[in-house]
Amino acid sequence: MLGYIVKRLISLAISLFVASMVIFGVVEVAPGDPASFMLGINAQPDTVAALRSELGLDQSKLDRYLSWVSGMLTGDFGTSYTYRTPVAQMIADRMWVSLPLALYALTLSTLIAFPAGIFAAARRGGPGDLAVTGATQLGVAVPNFWFAMMLVLIFAIQLRWFSAGGFPGWDGGFWAGMKALTLPAIALALPQAAILTRVMRSSLLDILGEDFMRTARAKGLSSRQALWRHGLRNALIPVLTIVGLQFAFLLAGAIIIEQVFFLPGLGRLIFQAITQRDLIVVESVVMLLVFAVIMVNFLVDLTYAAVDPRLRTRV
Amino acid sequence: MSLLSIENLSLAIHGAPILHGVTLEIAEGQITALTGESGSGKSMTAFATMGLLPKGTTTAGAITFDGTDLLTQSEPQMCDLRGREIGMVFQEPMTALNPVQTIGAQVMETILIHKAMAPERAEERAREVLDRVGLPPDRYPLSRYPHELSGGQRQRVVIAMAIALRPRLLIADEPTTALDVTTQAQILNLLKRLVKEDGMAMMMITHDLAVVSDMADTLNVMRHGETVEAGPTAQVLHEMRHPYTRDLFEASRHQANLGAAKANAPLLSVQNVSRDYPLPRSSLFGARPMFRAVKNVSFDIKRGERVGLVGESGCGKSTLTRAILGLEPIQGGQITLDGDPVWQNGHPNLTVRRKMQVVFQDPYGSFNPRHRVARLITEPFHLLSDPPKGPARDTAIAEALTAVGLKPEDADRHIHAFSGGQRQRIAIARALIIKPDLIVFDEAVSALDVRVRAQILDLMADLSRTHGLTYLFISHDLSVVRSITDRVMVMRAGEIVEDRPTAELFAAPDHPYTRDLMNAAPQLPDFPEAQDAPHPAL
Repeated sequence: MLGYIVKRLISLAISLFVASMVIFGVVEVAPGDPASFMLGINAQPDTVAALRSELGLDQSKLDRYLSWVSGMLTGDFGTSYTYRTPVAQMIADRMWVSLPLALYALTLSTLIAFPAGIFAAARRGGPGDLAVTGATQLGVAVPNFWFAMMLVLIFAIQLRWFSAGGFPGWDGGFWAGMKALTLPAIALALPQAAILTRVMRSSLLDILGEDFMRTARAKGLSSRQALWRHGLRNALIPVLTIVGLQFAFLLAGAIIIEQVFFLPGLGRLIFQAITQRDLIVVESVVMLLVFAVIMVNFLVDLTYAAVDPRLRTRV
Repeated sequence: MSLLSIENLSLAIHGAPILHGVTLEIAEGQITALTGESGSGKSMTAFATMGLLPKGTTTAGAITFDGTDLLTQSEPQMCDLRGREIGMVFQEPMTALNPVQTIGAQVMETILIHKAMAPERAEERAREVLDRVGLPPDRYPLSRYPHELSGGQRQRVVIAMAIALRPRLLIADEPTTALDVTTQAQILNLLKRLVKEDGMAMMMITHDLAVVSDMADTLNVMRHGETVEAGPTAQVLHEMRHPYTRDLFEASRHQANLGAAKANAPLLSVQNVSRDYPLPRSSLFGARPMFRAVKNVSFDIKRGERVGLVGESGCGKSTLTRAILGLEPIQGGQITLDGDPVWQNGHPNLTVRRKMQVVFQDPYGSFNPRHRVARLITEPFHLLSDPPKGPARDTAIAEALTAVGLKPEDADRHIHAFSGGQRQRIAIARALIIKPDLIVFDEAVSALDVRVRAQILDLMADLSRTHGLTYLFISHDLSVVRSITDRVMVMRAGEIVEDRPTAELFAAPDHPYTRDLMNAAPQLPDFPEAQDAPHPAL
């Protein structure tokens, strides 16, 4: 097991290194001067020169890469050109919205998908299965912003249970924050839950056809006991893969939902940074997201090994 | 009084009849075998007894176990019986265990699910019962996972699970079909011993008459969902009153008419061949250790010769086969066909590849189900620089199909329209179509029923005679190799330990390992030829 973790960690470090090279390469080394690009075509030459020295563009590429990486390692992400504030602080502020939102949505989608998938698989071909698979069709097909608008119409405008948008900050208390994130989390979770339900169902159905399920029945387990004790854990591997991918997506991909609900999240930050050509912010946020995705994959790999003993011994 | 009595059991799945009035009795301490070809209903009889029938099954008749009719029991009542009173062992030990649970947990589950003992006591019992099936806890602790065990060891775990609560009836569904001969002999002995010691009744399902004659007290021969003949094993096999029983028996010891081998010049030459596989690194940065699967093997096969290669799983015979076919590079030595190396400059040599073809074991998995037969059997044409087109192609297809006993019209059908035996004929047609010199049969008849197997062996013998083909016949089944080869090579742990003419080898094996293999293989009883006058069918 230790060997497995070490091996995963090495692969994680290599991925991060390659990712940082690629991001740095694309943003900094690609043809064109970032400073004049950021300032636009009408910028004065002395402004461009000032920005160049501020960005450190007059140094060698290797020096710039090293200072960028060492800066990130010490928590210094540089200063946003547009807002003149430290990027680290901007990301941290946004992270306090995006991370809880992603976790909230992921929890909801898992809470919906696991029971629904198990329910459908246990009743394969029956009316319950048909209802669940029908609902997941709908969930996959309908875009999440439409759900978002429907939720606003019903729960914010009609019933007035929730506010239609905005985020009061965590200073107003945990529950107030969670309340503001509830509708966006549901809107994000529904399509994800639909996908996850389908994966759970088909994965479980595959397992139910395995020989060892029949062995379990021959021991005297009821079909329900066999499903819970022998089916579920074996069915988890493909499900975990999807959960990992979904979390990475939720972290940065909530941009439309953040727009609909006026949430100050990471998605909006990237969107704004790109439109304002704030390359320092773009570079740092992208690197951070890459880091998050790789970390999540690492955790998923560890969970695989926890679920499946065969992976612990295999190299 | 019998422990289990099945009376007039009929069964249909979604209206399609599977069993028609099956009747049998099993007494305590007795082994009753159900034999017959695939689709004869023997497994369905077992699943009906377990109450594990597929959805949409309707049953008639009665299955009385110790005075209770199992067909009328509720599902919770059956759950209570299964594992406690009736245990079951399955065919495929590699997949019969849950891969993510330890063997200890899985054996204990049988005990705990029936609340037969406290958990601590159950753990103790799991250890006892694993020890009893030949997995002593000091070497096979409860914390082992199934993937850490071999097929035979896994089958022992399955047996341990089935007998943990000392059931009164044990059902074994082809328990050794997937195992090597020596492992098979050990598992059969184990089952026999357990039946004797515990006074269990055992229902044993097998297609192998040699296993039956060795194991069973009574025998039920089944065909198309009916019992055609039943009675004490020795008597049934001696009298063989029903022609079907005689057919099965004859097919089981079928000897294909090979004709004299016209062996002359060497065709395939294997010289000092070694094949290494990298193993997992033992330390993170250390060099990968190598496993030598084939060790310095040398032999020749002459043109027109039919050579068998036997050995247990893991002995290196498949590795050697892949090297001969040029599918993988070798790490030492030289393989040539007709003087040309099979592997040249880091690539398989195409001029050699078109002179040899292979037929695999699984007649179901080795065809693309979306293609028609014409396309399937012309696949080897891509090896030719100038493959026949148009009418020449059609002629080649028709010739190949006719040669294997099918009709030219079959070219337009899809593979699912054919039975297992027909599929294997198509596989042979696919090998024949580019007129190769050498055909490698990799367990090519292992998945077939005995009667179909006899037909396919005859076909192979015919083709070899008429087309002057050279065969390399790889199998773990000694009786098959005996019936279709001129010469046999016995392989063990990457080396060929014996290489002699078939008749000589079977008459007096030299190497102790060959003798072990032969002793382990179940033998058909040597009854006189079938009775003089044909008996009326039962």
